[in-house]
Amino acid sequence: MSAAPHPVYEVVIGLEVHAQLRTRSKLFSPAPVTYGAEPNHAVHPICLALPGVLPVLNGRAVELAIRVALASRCHVQPQSVFARKNYFYPDLPKGYQISQYEEPLATGGWLDVRMPDENGGARRVRLTRIHMEEDAGKSIHDAAIAGDATHVDLNRAGVALLEIVSEPDLRSPAEAAAYLRALRSLLRYVDASDADMERGNFRCDANISLRRHGESKLGTRTELKNLNSFRFVEAALEAEILRQAGILDAGGKVVQATLQFDPASGRTRILRLKENADDYRYFPDPDLVPLLLSDAQIERVRAGLPELADARCERFQREHGLAEDDARLLCESRALADFFEAAASRHGDGASLANWIRRDVLHALAEHGLEIEQAKLAPAALADLVKRVREGGVTAQSARALVPELVNKGGDPLRLIQERGLEAVSDTGALEAAVDAVLREHAGHVERLRAGEEKVRNFLIGQVMKRTGGKADPAALRRVLAQRLGESGS
Amino acid sequence: MAAAPLGTLRECREALDEGRTSSAALVEQSLARAEAHAELRLFVRLRAERARAEAQAADARRASGERRSPLDGIPLAVKDNLVRAGEETTCASRILAGFVSPYTSGVMERLEAAGAISIGTTNMDEFAMGSSTEHSVYGPSRNPWDPARTPGGSSGGSAAAVAAGIVPLAIGSDTGGSIRQPACFCGVVGVKPTYGRVSRWGLVAFASSLDQVGGFGRSAEDAAHLLDAISGHDPRDSTSIPEPAPRCADALDGDVAGLVVGLPREYYGDGIEPGVQGAVREACAQLERAGAKLREVSLPYAEYAVATYYLIATAEASSNLARYDGVRYGHRAQGAHTLSEMYRRTRSEGFGAEVKRRILLGTYVLSAGYYDAYYRKAQQVRTLIRRDFEQAFRGCDVIATPTMPETAFRLGERTEDPLRMYLSDIYTVSANLAGIPGVSLPCGFSQGMPVGLQLLGPPLEEARLLRVADAYQRTTAHHRARPPETQ
Repeated sequence: MSAAPHPVYEVVIGLEVHAQLRTRSKLFSPAPVTYGAEPNHAVHPICLALPGVLPVLNGRAVELAIRVALASRCHVQPQSVFARKNYFYPDLPKGYQISQYEEPLATGGWLDVRMPDENGGARRVRLTRIHMEEDAGKSIHDAAIAGDATHVDLNRAGVALLEIVSEPDLRSPAEAAAYLRALRSLLRYVDASDADMERGNFRCDANISLRRHGESKLGTRTELKNLNSFRFVEAALEAEILRQAGILDAGGKVVQATLQFDPASGRTRILRLKENADDYRYFPDPDLVPLLLSDAQIERVRAGLPELADARCERFQREHGLAEDDARLLCESRALADFFEAAASRHGDGASLANWIRRDVLHALAEHGLEIEQAKLAPAALADLVKRVREGGVTAQSARALVPELVNKGGDPLRLIQERGLEAVSDTGALEAAVDAVLREHAGHVERLRAGEEKVRNFLIGQVMKRTGGKADPAALRRVLAQRLGESGS
Repeated sequence: MAAAPLGTLRECREALDEGRTSSAALVEQSLARAEAHAELRLFVRLRAERARAEAQAADARRASGERRSPLDGIPLAVKDNLVRAGEETTCASRILAGFVSPYTSGVMERLEAAGAISIGTTNMDEFAMGSSTEHSVYGPSRNPWDPARTPGGSSGGSAAAVAAGIVPLAIGSDTGGSIRQPACFCGVVGVKPTYGRVSRWGLVAFASSLDQVGGFGRSAEDAAHLLDAISGHDPRDSTSIPEPAPRCADALDGDVAGLVVGLPREYYGDGIEPGVQGAVREACAQLERAGAKLREVSLPYAEYAVATYYLIATAEASSNLARYDGVRYGHRAQGAHTLSEMYRRTRSEGFGAEVKRRILLGTYVLSAGYYDAYYRKAQQVRTLIRRDFEQAFRGCDVIATPTMPETAFRLGERTEDPLRMYLSDIYTVSANLAGIPGVSLPCGFSQGMPVGLQLLGPPLEEARLLRVADAYQRTTAHHRARPPETQ
């Protein structure tokens, strides 16, 4: 996917994200929030919309929503109002969704996002609003399950969602993805949402328009629905840029519409035109009272917020002497930052731990498609391993080879080193024998080194390493090599 | 046994306490009388077997000296829009035919806890939309005072069941007058409590911001006991008032000396039947003789109340009734080939004409482009109407008005003229818009049909209203009058 800007048009993107709040029960019903339960088993008369039921707001959902609003510097409104969004669909039991419309929970705010095209600099993406609403159920049209019929599963109906709407501040699909990653990180930092796209609890709609570079007026926008993976977000936006640019290039006009991305064809497809849009007949839900939040209530939530990524990043640089890039990388995920802190608290030496995490642990995680939370590697194990390397008990090369296994299966690194005989060879006799053998085999290289071609030394060191199975203690090896070449004084 | 009318709650209570009767006997009498008056079509369902079993349990309690409440062992009737686990609730609508609730309403829980025994569910206008109990899938109810006339509505079955002596007490709901108006037409006492006083959990919604459950009795005292049984906070209803409800029955001391009764000048103009005007004036004079002071007050926005009410009530109803779509329960049209066809046919077949009329009206007033002119404007006027009452209650303790400008009209007389039907709600809808309590009590007759006096009070002052009503009944006999065929 190209990250280069479009030559003719500036791309303008705003995102609407729906994140499932991490509550035990639904937004207005005591029914449990589950994943993968039997269809229609996580339900209650309220989320079935039986006659006579009434909604009662879940206080925990409000607290989590305030956390997100505060963490993204939004203004939490002293009064917000739940409204009914009326439309008919079988997976919407009441015939309306309870959402917030004219008076949302929070407005304003921003995220500082490190953009891929700006040399690692951060850019401010403004948020329009954050509000709470309930999820719909699922309509199942799968012929294998339902035949001609449509089946409805209401387990998800009424689950608490947070809708986070950005201003049109994003300028490329890659920026959109970067913003989504930053938002996901923030949601997880404050424990508000698992923000897991695969499980559908982090979903994204995008508004996108094109305008000629230098033009200040926004172009006609279209809305892309249900972009349910990071890959899809970028692919769908790229596809829609192509579609809109094609229309504009041909002198046509983009029509306001809602589109869907078809991953199979890699193209966007118009679902409905704006002029055919539903009239949702929003009005304040008379079954609920306005949500009133005092300053004291908001401040209580603020006091309970964990240290956020930016503050933590600064502290890591200050306390552990990390480079800014390393600190930022570690702090992108709260779990990763927690892992680092736990490891660093064991033996110190944060800078070298950060190095190991960035170079080896993250690599191993990526290889296996894991998140740090899923890794079997304990922070203490990594700290022990790195300490042993520093002490010369094992070579970096041997230690590195252990990381993927530790990530996958866990275990005590010190015992693994022992069991597999990976202790560093610093025994002078053994090293001398290996060095002598290498010097005999590569007489030509020895000549070149003696003639002053210093880079050949690394070749010879590499050959000795190979012969010792990578276990040679590098410092001892250099000393023995110099000695055998007759360089040292002794 | 001859189906003699049941006495008042007080009379039944005393007979039970003195061992002259049993709950089982009272329930049998109720059931027999309901059967004997089947032609009035007041009940849509009798729960004879369950009621008998509950009566036996109540008698056993009494034998062991336990008394749950003044209502323990007393038969009553409940409007068909309050759900009860394992029993059918239909709101007199085809669309809910066969619907059996898995849970019980807050009001029914409280009545069960009080030991009251429901003998059956009563007829009503479909989804409580109407003023005559003619818009029922079960057919129209009839007024015990004159079977050619309506008992009023929408709680017509409940009001008439009390008037006919089938039960001493009954439960109704009032969205724009649906308790007070039939109480007036049937010559019984009807109480619409303050919005939020009684739980709406399990009350099938018509218009959420206006609906309130209340009750009927033959005397203010009986109605006070019933209200005490059903009042109180319910955390399952977010609009429920958290403060504990004071007991109304304890407030009935017969004293109205010095009480200021406000008479809104806007309510005593043209359009009131002379017999009604006369009876209401005489009732006010009677209060004055008992020591109360009469004072004219003003409710300047009263003339907008009916229009405001029909905008808000229909808007909320259009949304509240969207759930009846044939997907999960109730009626579903057969043979539909597409989703929209299923919706269209289910709702076309399931709802009656009046409900459809209101859904269409409500959908319209919430539509893009009309919302500001209708719904938002109506909410603003609603605020003004509420302020009218706040202002008026600075100068008086209660407000007295006719409940209705007329007496019960003939069945079929208004069904083709919905606007005329709506306009007759002129004195009752304001209390729902303002959320204040109201009581209707019998205050005489006009051409042989009962006339109702409406008392309105500030929020949470149900006890004050019932105290005034009780004081009036201590010196008058209108509430003891019975329909001719039951004398």
